Amino acid sequence: MKKIVLSFMAIMTLGFIVAQTPEEKGLEIAKAAEKADTGFKSSTVNIKMTLKNKNGQTSERLLTTKTFELTADGDKSLIVFNSPRDVKGTATLTFTHKKGSDDQWLFLPSIKRVKRISSNNKSGPFVGSEFAYEDLSSQEVEKYAYKFVAEKGNLLLVEQDPVDPKSGYTRRLVTYNKDKGYRIEKVEFYDRKNSLLKTLIYSDYNVYKGKFWRAGTFNMVNHQTNKETKLEFNDYNFEINLTEEDFSQVALKRAGK
Amino acid sequence: MRMKFKKIVLVSFLTVYGAVFFVDAQSKETGKEKFTQEFELEINGEYRYFYDTAQFEGQASQFPAIALTPKYTIEWNKGRESINFTGFIRFDRDKNRTHADVRELYYQRAKNNWELNIGLKKVYWGVTESNHLVDIINQTDVTESFDGEEKLGQPMVQFTWSTTNYGSLDFFYLPYHRKRTFNGEKARLRFSTVIDKDAITYESAAKEWRQDLAVRWSHYIGAFDIGVSHFYGNGREPLISFDQLGNMNAFYPVINQTGVDLQATHNAFLWKLEAMYRSSKLQDFTAVVAGVEYTFSNIDGNGLDIGVLGEYLFDDRDELALSGLQSDVFFGSRIAFNDVNDTAILIGGIVDLEKSSRIFSVEASRRIGDSWKAVIEGRIFNGINSQDVFLINFREDSFLKFSISKFF
Repeated sequence: MKKIVLSFMAIMTLGFIVAQTPEEKGLEIAKAAEKADTGFKSSTVNIKMTLKNKNGQTSERLLTTKTFELTADGDKSLIVFNSPRDVKGTATLTFTHKKGSDDQWLFLPSIKRVKRISSNNKSGPFVGSEFAYEDLSSQEVEKYAYKFVAEKGNLLLVEQDPVDPKSGYTRRLVTYNKDKGYRIEKVEFYDRKNSLLKTLIYSDYNVYKGKFWRAGTFNMVNHQTNKETKLEFNDYNFEINLTEEDFSQVALKRAGK
Repeated sequence: MRMKFKKIVLVSFLTVYGAVFFVDAQSKETGKEKFTQEFELEINGEYRYFYDTAQFEGQASQFPAIALTPKYTIEWNKGRESINFTGFIRFDRDKNRTHADVRELYYQRAKNNWELNIGLKKVYWGVTESNHLVDIINQTDVTESFDGEEKLGQPMVQFTWSTTNYGSLDFFYLPYHRKRTFNGEKARLRFSTVIDKDAITYESAAKEWRQDLAVRWSHYIGAFDIGVSHFYGNGREPLISFDQLGNMNAFYPVINQTGVDLQATHNAFLWKLEAMYRSSKLQDFTAVVAGVEYTFSNIDGNGLDIGVLGEYLFDDRDELALSGLQSDVFFGSRIAFNDVNDTAILIGGIVDLEKSSRIFSVEASRRIGDSWKAVIEGRIFNGINSQDVFLINFREDSFLKFSISKFF
């Protein structure tokens, strides 16, 4: 009897190694992608956001983003609006957490007020764009459950189910490129009714510090409203050596000034 | 107006002069510097219509006005040093509301975990929406705002020291006091007697040159944001009393004010508290605002957010509270469409729990194109009780305001 149990366990263990479950493989890919992007420390980038409605009319926003990498917890980021002019100087400071809700502060330049805001609104649009707040927040491995779907050449398709019930999605279908540091090529978003809502295409990739892949363009298309938002990233700087003090409320006020 | 303006310019010149001198020495040290400059201008046109017949003689009902807000920033040393200027000029029918101010003109230097600011600057403290009790650094520009959110530039030296684990400490040296300007004869939202700001005196023999100090500690621990502050100096609010003949007696007392502000952020709830204790030779009192804000976000899947707010206001000065908020309840709603034009509507009301007085307000705003913004505002005074000795003066001053701004 003991023998049978032992050999059964041996077969199970072997099976584990040989035939990884789709969930395990999905998680492994997400972890590999996170690992490939570990060690950038800090960066700044200028973003031009172009919003296009279904009639093709466009409007623009300019913002600057600073990011500070943390490994024990989620990253810190500071976003400052430079246009439109009536909101110039409006800035947000976000501390993402691997578990639980993020901490977020908003700076209102007209009255110089810093207000702690709720990070509860994940599914709402970021400044009228097709990007939801959750699409732009720091992508931590812990925020999804994974399922490997398919492998097509160097492309790996992984389904990601958000852990947070406040997410606007049932799932995201993410395409990784395993030959290019597990960079993301495409994300398809499925709404709460599980129908295709949006597609995000990453393009114009550049590699920084010989390791970190950053897309120069994000293009998000909403299939249900036919609206589009394009983000163009310019002047990436990975040599800036920001410190944690550049991500305080004092720094938030200074940035928004 | 010219006299006032001169004085402000002189003060700002003196404070910034020292800073620029300091800057000059610095640039020489480092040799080549990369400067970035920016100039912006907002031109605003507005029209206010007070639809009730004026209560006092000389008051007009229609007020077209223009305002200019120029802004200039120069930064160097990777943004760690800068000089920042914001000016403001208003032209209005009322001669007191026609005014110019240097809102900000300061030199800033940031390094690691400290920051130094020298010059005229605006500083905001607090968490609540209906009243701003702990916010005391800047004098209120009463002619610009009934809600007290517009401020005059305050000459200061501000030193901030921040730590990751113990929050940040702000020290303020405030060498000069700015008097409050009250609305003039033609204006609404004034008392029966026009208050001449020069007639308001000081308790301190040093008058406006009394050297004032303030300190504030603020921190965030998990869901909590906390601030504790103390101010010692010329009060921003004058003590006003009227004798039997209606003659006004008013002065700025020397005050000690300790304030606490606290916010707990939990899911979509923001729980807020502001409390302060102010003491002076003639008056000691406590005031508290406590409330909650809850936001229903992305209701329609299209970005519509509806926030609901409720706050309780208490002030133990009773009817001597200049704000008229002794034991009142504020309720409000913030509706944001999160569309391309940032369309938003704010609705609010303050109801006196002991008397009949009520104030309602509505404000709707949206951007037009890329560089215009339109605002429509209404404020209604309803059932103002005759025991509200300050508010009674505004009984007939409900108004509608249309405002449009162009940004360059």
